[in-house]
Amino acid sequence: GASFGTGMERVIVAMQDPDMGMKMRNQRLLITVIPHAMTGNDVIEWLIQKYNITEEEARHLGGLLVQYGYIYPLREPRSLLLRSDDSPYRFQTPYFWTSSRWPATELDYAIYLAKKNIRKQGELVDYEKENYSILHKRINHTWDFVVMQAREQLRASKQRRKADRIVLECQEQAYWLINKPCVNMPLYYHYTTLGRNRVKSSICLESFMKYSEQYLHHDPIMSGCLPSNPWISDDTSHWTINTDMVGIPTRLRVERWSFSFMELLNDSMGRREFMIYLEKEFSAENLCFWVACEDLRHGESSKIILKVEEVYKNFLAPGAARWVNIDSKTMERTLEGIKRPHRFIMDDAQMHIYFLMKKYSYPRYLKSELYKNMLAKAIVPQETKKSVFPFMRRQRHSSPSPAMVTQATEDDGKAKGAGPTGTSSTTNSQI
Amino acid sequence: MNSPPHFICTPFSLMACQGLASGETLKSLKAESETLRKKLEEERKKLHDVELEKVAEKAEALGELNMKTRRTLKGHGNKVLCMDWCKDKRRIVSSSQDGKVIVWDAFTTNKEHAVTMPTTWVMACAYAPSGCAIACGGLDNKCSVYPLSLDKDENLAAKKKSVAMHTNYLSGCTFTNSDMQILTSSGDGTSALWDVESGQLLQSFHGHSADVLTLDLAPSETGNTFVSGGSDKKANVWDLRSGQNVQSFDTHDSDINCVKYYPSGDAFASASDDSTCRLFDLRADREVSIYSKDSIMFGAASVDFSLSGRLLFAGYNDYTINVWDVLKGTRVAILFGHENRVSSLRVSPDGTAFCSGSWDNTLRVRQEGRGVGRELKQGGTTLYG
Repeated sequence: GASFGTGMERVIVAMQDPDMGMKMRNQRLLITVIPHAMTGNDVIEWLIQKYNITEEEARHLGGLLVQYGYIYPLREPRSLLLRSDDSPYRFQTPYFWTSSRWPATELDYAIYLAKKNIRKQGELVDYEKENYSILHKRINHTWDFVVMQAREQLRASKQRRKADRIVLECQEQAYWLINKPCVNMPLYYHYTTLGRNRVKSSICLESFMKYSEQYLHHDPIMSGCLPSNPWISDDTSHWTINTDMVGIPTRLRVERWSFSFMELLNDSMGRREFMIYLEKEFSAENLCFWVACEDLRHGESSKIILKVEEVYKNFLAPGAARWVNIDSKTMERTLEGIKRPHRFIMDDAQMHIYFLMKKYSYPRYLKSELYKNMLAKAIVPQETKKSVFPFMRRQRHSSPSPAMVTQATEDDGKAKGAGPTGTSSTTNSQI
Repeated sequence: MNSPPHFICTPFSLMACQGLASGETLKSLKAESETLRKKLEEERKKLHDVELEKVAEKAEALGELNMKTRRTLKGHGNKVLCMDWCKDKRRIVSSSQDGKVIVWDAFTTNKEHAVTMPTTWVMACAYAPSGCAIACGGLDNKCSVYPLSLDKDENLAAKKKSVAMHTNYLSGCTFTNSDMQILTSSGDGTSALWDVESGQLLQSFHGHSADVLTLDLAPSETGNTFVSGGSDKKANVWDLRSGQNVQSFDTHDSDINCVKYYPSGDAFASASDDSTCRLFDLRADREVSIYSKDSIMFGAASVDFSLSGRLLFAGYNDYTINVWDVLKGTRVAILFGHENRVSSLRVSPDGTAFCSGSWDNTLRVRQEGRGVGRELKQGGTTLYG
């Protein structure tokens, strides 16, 4: 993030302070009166007073505020200068602040240009005309959408009062003067791509070899499965012995937890076992935190604010019941970000905790008695021998629909896991 | 002021981002772009110290593969365009040209639910992770979610929820890690991420210069990326949070119809109208293998990996399925059976079988007949399926 950005933001906030900030008044722009505006002179005077600096320095600072888009001129909007006269200026809305905005997209820019073009023929200047035709060619297949959006926005703005409309148009124009995207994207893309770290082929390809070898016996198509493949034998035992709730897991399954941390977490039984282990180590809050963050990331938009509050209360607040140990920088960033919560706000913290568990708790778990016992008592099913009369077909039993079972044990908002697999309740068997 | 206004850019991109400054022409920028492109290729080549086939020489050769059809799902009145497995490893959702979407228990071959969409050509369908809902769409430019009701008399269409809205056909859809979000790809050239409950657009992804035909979510630890393929012959990797295109591959000679991640998430495979399938490694940032044969002349429509990633199953427009050894690059089997194009192909969640959907209106679940649990062949007739 741009530190100069937040510095300038502080100045802007101070300028708008109701008591010590700038005196605003109506400014005349041709025949329209624009409220809440100030003159270039006002800005310079205020800066001199507030920061006890010379006029030269105040002009320079004020000029930066205009160049970076925090203040914009109402007259001659293309000229991003701070004039030390009675030229009118206005504060840009925080929505458009350079530091807080997502990078402007080509699509937004295309819509803006299309709007100008529709509103008044010949209003686009030279470089805008060039950009318009480049964009028209590049995102031609989306052009209907662009025109539709432009027309919609124009229609909506017609319903505003003239003063508001002029202000908004100036705001938007100022924004795009400063933030227009690199229309010649390929260049930008190539420069960043050149800088990327790449791995040698030999290392990458070796990893494919290792992966296939490691998973060979877990791949039913390569190695078959025990006691038999349900699709061949019509026997669903292979599924029933591998359900979430099964008492004793199979050996292959427990072995797989040792392949990677992700394998352990992806298996609900593995996750449960790991939680038990962490509780013994008094670090269960880490896994709880990770689960809560996943729930936030993948849950409904409407629940985001609530969930962020919950996570803060339970895991991050000073003295929280399940306080997680995150490094101070990440914690600071996260706490700052919570003021404007969105679904990815916990990503940094979540990743920190994830890698903490992966590096320390996970390897210890694999060496623990808990895991070793699990592995020892895990079952290796007997292979089903071919029946003597292979032409006598077994009944194919149906299974309860996942929809039914999950409705019975509804967990609101939680990321739902896998449903049950084939149990042998015989309702209708199909031949 | 005559010169363009000052930009806030990183040092690298500062040069590139000034737009058309005076003296610059579109031509000179194109030339600069070409130079950079060449430089990029050089950089990539430097790190390419060995071919996959060479590394794979020490891998054990695969024996003959003997995949048989174990189930045939009949019920669609027209071309099957798409299918997806339920996490319960036995249920399937499929969609068709005639607007019908069917949920099957493929194990028993029972039809459990059927929906008639208010549109033909339902090109995309997906099963929700919970197994409680399905998503589908096509020429209606939308992606709709249907909760699966257990009341046989209830009309599923009554509870339908419109989630995604594009300005052209829906080509692909998938739920992310929960029932609450959907990722879509469209003929309008974009992909998008949606909140199911509110229908709100969370993020859109722009960068393809033609229809986006396919997408797949990465199985990575941090779970933040997906790959898409398009009619512009490009495969693009995207960051879900920022909407940025983080990697791009453009070695195919024609439309990319399907992309699928390798199980570890470090690579992905593609199927293209240029009759080849390819493997792209994300860390090496390049194509590392091509799966092709002179005798295969028709476009590949769909691909998926076996659980270990050793095998790649690919369905083609010449009605066949070719099975490739991912490491050695050789073909290990060719499977017949469908009577028209294979449009969609997926390995089941636990890898016990794979299912193919075809323009011959059927779906077939196939499994390998050797290894543990092999059944006897009686005088050449197959006993099941």
